[in-house]
Amino acid sequence: MRHILSILLENEAGALSRVVGLFSARAYNIDSLTVATTEDPTLSRMTIVTHGSEDVIEQITKQLNKLIEVVKVIDLNESEHIEREMMLIKVRSTGKEREEMKRMADIFRGRIIDVTDKTYTIELTGTSEKLNAFIEAVDRTAILETVRTGASGIGRGERILKI
Amino acid sequence: MQITGAEIVVRCLQEEGVEFVFGYPGGAVIEIYDAIFKQSQFRHVLVRHEQAAVHAADAYSRSSDKVGVALVTSGPGATNAVTGIATAYLDSIPLVVLSGQVGTPAIGLDAFQEVDMVGITRPCVKHNFLVKDIAELATTIKKAFYLAKSGRPGPVVVDIPKDITQQLHAFSYPQSMSVRSYVPVTRGHSGQIKKAVNLLAGAQRPLIYIGGGAVQGNAADEVRELVQSLGLPCTNTLMGLGAYPGSDRQCLGMLGMHGTYEANMAMHYCDVLVAVGARFDDRVISVPSHFLSQPKKIIHIDVDPSSIAKRVKVDIPIVGDVKLVLRDMLEQWRQAQLSLDAGALAGWWKQLEVWRSHDCLRFAPSETLIKPQFVMQKLYEVTGGEAIITSDVGQHQMWAAQYYRFDQPRRWINSGGLGTMGFGLPAAMGAQLANPYATVACVTGDASIQMNIQELSTCKQYHIPVKVVNLNNRYLGMVRQWQEMFYGNRYSETYMDALPDFVKLAEAYGHVGMRIEHPGDVEPALREAFAMKERLVFLDVITDQSENVFPMVQNGKGLNQMDLPPHMGDVQDVPFENNRDYGNMC
Repeated sequence: MRHILSILLENEAGALSRVVGLFSARAYNIDSLTVATTEDPTLSRMTIVTHGSEDVIEQITKQLNKLIEVVKVIDLNESEHIEREMMLIKVRSTGKEREEMKRMADIFRGRIIDVTDKTYTIELTGTSEKLNAFIEAVDRTAILETVRTGASGIGRGERILKI
Repeated sequence: MQITGAEIVVRCLQEEGVEFVFGYPGGAVIEIYDAIFKQSQFRHVLVRHEQAAVHAADAYSRSSDKVGVALVTSGPGATNAVTGIATAYLDSIPLVVLSGQVGTPAIGLDAFQEVDMVGITRPCVKHNFLVKDIAELATTIKKAFYLAKSGRPGPVVVDIPKDITQQLHAFSYPQSMSVRSYVPVTRGHSGQIKKAVNLLAGAQRPLIYIGGGAVQGNAADEVRELVQSLGLPCTNTLMGLGAYPGSDRQCLGMLGMHGTYEANMAMHYCDVLVAVGARFDDRVISVPSHFLSQPKKIIHIDVDPSSIAKRVKVDIPIVGDVKLVLRDMLEQWRQAQLSLDAGALAGWWKQLEVWRSHDCLRFAPSETLIKPQFVMQKLYEVTGGEAIITSDVGQHQMWAAQYYRFDQPRRWINSGGLGTMGFGLPAAMGAQLANPYATVACVTGDASIQMNIQELSTCKQYHIPVKVVNLNNRYLGMVRQWQEMFYGNRYSETYMDALPDFVKLAEAYGHVGMRIEHPGDVEPALREAFAMKERLVFLDVITDQSENVFPMVQNGKGLNQMDLPPHMGDVQDVPFENNRDYGNMC
């Protein structure tokens, strides 16, 4: 099953490679990974989307906690949470396709952020599922390039990951 | 006052009370060696290969409960140390390994003797550091010692660029250390402990399964109290030998792939199992699903949460320092005035004695060929069971573990997790230096000894009078055994052709060499060797080439499906598959 793990770790050189190295050394899956500094510059916040059985997810969580630089790990799936990913997608938009592409972007609440005679670049934010749905919805041959950030997640309500 | 980075390194080691640094100099650490030259508080032991430095530091730690320290140069010095670091990692041994690194401006430029030590060792250390600022040098070393020893112990690498060792800075050593992202658990959860003692009180067929964590956690006294005050049977893993006295009747011996019949049967058929600092690894329980096919409740005590439920789901996990958890368990047991079902326990012991009566470690004596098991029995007798025994890896390791009854912890020193050939001799050096008045013997084989034989030179230089017992069967014995059993006697590359004359070799290094070729000479030779307290004696014992280690749990089989020695061929209770109803067995 798909899980979103949120990790708070020391913002130190090498901390990221320890996390990534752990996943490859123990043959865990990484579907996506995002990381950036938090409002506290000594800490980074990482979101890893992974999948595996409950036993595997439990081991991943324990192994992550064992890393010296990891401060806290939570499995967002354990309670209500919000997930967002951003995609920049460059599509061919000529002739009658141009109008159609604009409409699709509107339906998905995307924004066209760059325009040429032949292309649109659309910025789209949502769950990973929504971004997949957009890709499915548009003509495959019209897609010139995509770039996705990977999912970021946060707990709903007053659930907070902080030290 | 400002001092150099190299001097800071030395001062840190002094502050930590380090007695020995095992190492090998080189360009990147030459400043540190210069600072070592100018001090006399700790001794440096010059090994002949960096792998041996780490093994020696490792065994120093295992035999003394102190942190072992190794010092190596950059590049090949660092990579040579990696096998030693991985060995310590797999067995959770606290080490601080200081490695030299090229100067910070040269890092990443493929400089001479440059290697990414932090990158290379990342998967086999508890933690590692690259010191980029001299202001952080002392704190980093303090942190390294703290991390190595606390929680689940392990090796920590501190990679120190050469320019850092040359810069000047004031020295101040932190007196205490805390790391916000690292808070190891000590006391176990009292609610979990309560559940555990209640479960144990209801046991019909209890068993205590003792691992290396009981040794590393210095919990031997608590283990003994639990086992003896409750009258329980127990078994030690390869790493746990000595945590409970091996010669005591309540000890069923070692369990696992080459464990005793009684220990493995007990492990399979027990109904409540208490795992103390053990991790259910593949060489111990073999296949988890088969192990669990016989229903049992499991209490698992470990300082590392990730060891719990890794291979086997447990009923009552208790995270904590094993020593403290066992104390709390005993306390709760007494307070609640719990007791075991005496009738059930007596019945269980009756069954255990039936299993034990088969005497699974009996072997056929020979008038002409030296049986390796016989050598181990004699070693045990001659040393009065009091020696520190280090071993290499293979058949000799298993025979030593089976036939030498360790009654105290920290006397059996072997590479259990990584299975590192070449461990034994440098380990014996470290153990002897940590215990100058102890009798130290290295049990090895003709293949393993050659993987670090150059350390005979180190032993000469520092007058380290260990005894090397080389069970020489002219084979890579354990691999040969597998080839005999599973590969149709195709002994692919396991025959050691062109072995050196070990006696002459020992003599060439300035030691005493003895060759023993007849069974009748084994005991006199051992007595003669151990009487030479000031000398290293290399005993080259020519053993029966065809001997195999039994019992054996083959890969993929269960603990109750052992291959047994020939004299047990008619044992009716093997295999147990047609007798699954436990009630009929007692």
